[in-house]
Amino acid sequence: MAKILKMIAQRLGLGLITLWVVSMIIFLGIQLLPGDLAQAILGQAATPETVAAFRRELHLDLPAHERYIDWLGGILQGDMGKSLANKRQISELIGVRFSNTIFLAIVAAVISVPLAVTLGVLAALYRNSFYDRCVNVVTLTSISFPEFFVAYILILFLAVKAGIFPSISNVSPDMDLWDRVYRVALPALTLTLVVIAHMMRMTRAAIINLLASPYIEMAHLKGLRRSRIIVRHALPNALAPIINVIVINLAYLIVGVVVVEVVFVYPGLGQLLVDSVSKRDIPVVQAASLIFAATYILLNLTADILSILTNPRLLHPK
Amino acid sequence: MLREFWRELKKAPGTAWVGLAIIVFYAFLAIVGPFLTPYGESEIVGTEIEPWGENFILGTDNLGRDMMTRLIYGARNTIGIAFTTTVLTFMLGSLTGFMAATLGGWFDQALSRVVDILMAIPSLIFALLILSVTGISTVAMILVIAVLDSTRVFRLARAVSMNIVVMDFVEVARLRGERIWWVMNREVLPNATAPLVAEFGLRFCFVFLFISALSFLGLGIQPPLADWGSMVRDHASLITFGLIAPLLPAGAIAMLTVGVNFVVDWFLQLTSGLRDEH
Repeated sequence: MAKILKMIAQRLGLGLITLWVVSMIIFLGIQLLPGDLAQAILGQAATPETVAAFRRELHLDLPAHERYIDWLGGILQGDMGKSLANKRQISELIGVRFSNTIFLAIVAAVISVPLAVTLGVLAALYRNSFYDRCVNVVTLTSISFPEFFVAYILILFLAVKAGIFPSISNVSPDMDLWDRVYRVALPALTLTLVVIAHMMRMTRAAIINLLASPYIEMAHLKGLRRSRIIVRHALPNALAPIINVIVINLAYLIVGVVVVEVVFVYPGLGQLLVDSVSKRDIPVVQAASLIFAATYILLNLTADILSILTNPRLLHPK
Repeated sequence: MLREFWRELKKAPGTAWVGLAIIVFYAFLAIVGPFLTPYGESEIVGTEIEPWGENFILGTDNLGRDMMTRLIYGARNTIGIAFTTTVLTFMLGSLTGFMAATLGGWFDQALSRVVDILMAIPSLIFALLILSVTGISTVAMILVIAVLDSTRVFRLARAVSMNIVVMDFVEVARLRGERIWWVMNREVLPNATAPLVAEFGLRFCFVFLFISALSFLGLGIQPPLADWGSMVRDHASLITFGLIAPLLPAGAIAMLTVGVNFVVDWFLQLTSGLRDEH
């Protein structure tokens, strides 16, 4: 038990270090890029006096490492600075939107993961049958679709023609759970369709890869039913790559959510990020990027840890 | 060589044929298309959103330009930019990957750590971050995507060449006194082509979708250049009226990536021979 905890602590430490380096890149990388920030943002109004005033207000005249430490210290205390566009506290802006984004991601994950694994196991069971080949073509096709294409098709058929779901997802904090789920249904469905294909293919591939092993052949010779062989004997060993691909797709969800939020005008962090990029509201972009990066790193870390935990050979190395 | 290819092609599954047909069609449109269009790329020739008719086969777009012409020019622009970016990505990634494997030592370690850090940031977020500072331009976008995506090609090229570099014939070449450039080109590269070709196809799909997504968000290829991603953005609101105008460029994007994926899938099956049980 202690060894597992030590391993988790090690990975967590590594993750924190990565996050720290990433925060440095997010903050300082901006300094290395061409384009003077003050002039770019002030644009037409950039006289020497306004540029100087702007720099003083944003503390751009302090050396880079001091600014970085200020910024980092502020973030650790929950203060992310002020938005350039509307002078509000960034932490206010981000708080609600982040929880909206997480809600959407969780709904999508809850639908897609069980569905993907089940369909994958079924495809492995009936491999090379018509169902399997059909599923292969459909998943390959849906992996290739851009998210906005899937989104607009769903809007066309489910919202405009059939009128079942609303085509714009307006979610406000005072709605109850079922109302929220109703409004979030289409974006969640889009995200589900995008990630389910990858997870399903991986489940199927991992199980089929194992089916050539000797112990499976033994089970077969013992006369076990095919479904029992796959679910009881092959699946537990295929868990490592499957969990890996599930968490990777969850990490992808956090990012793919950006396009989906823009299509459905969903008030989430992704939409805030895109708007801020067009308005060149750098502090908001930095804060939002840091949050996305942290979630991504955390999920990849979890994938790492889980794939070690599910493989007894890695768990108890000689 | 060509006869072998033809033989393999005849054994290929139906999806690979469809994929190849799609790719050839798109290549044709991209290269020859602009010479066959009746109107200019940004010529306003009619009223907005006209229905499909004889003057305008696919109607007009939201500014009165011919949709069909915009789609064809979009093929050249979007595919051209995506292809250039993929080639850049690939050259950067495979060069650094081969060098890391062949030189080894601290060079390998340093580069791998840098790549690990770069890969810890989701690419869309990183691209948005950089574009918010440099401003939105096609050149900036190409460079950003090329650098970010080359990390994945680096990983693959390094993994593949690590297996080759430990072979005896490479050691013999080194003992003969061959320089690193020669070793990379004549010993490592020919043995690494198969997985790299498949990776090229996959990278192209990813870059193509990435550029379309950025343009869709308004942060990629700027008007008046015809581009499928921004065309989807322009007509997005029309979908609420039941008009399928935004689905045309989006469908064009989808079809090309589907085609490339089918072909790459077939290629992977050929070269890797996935184990399948009896």
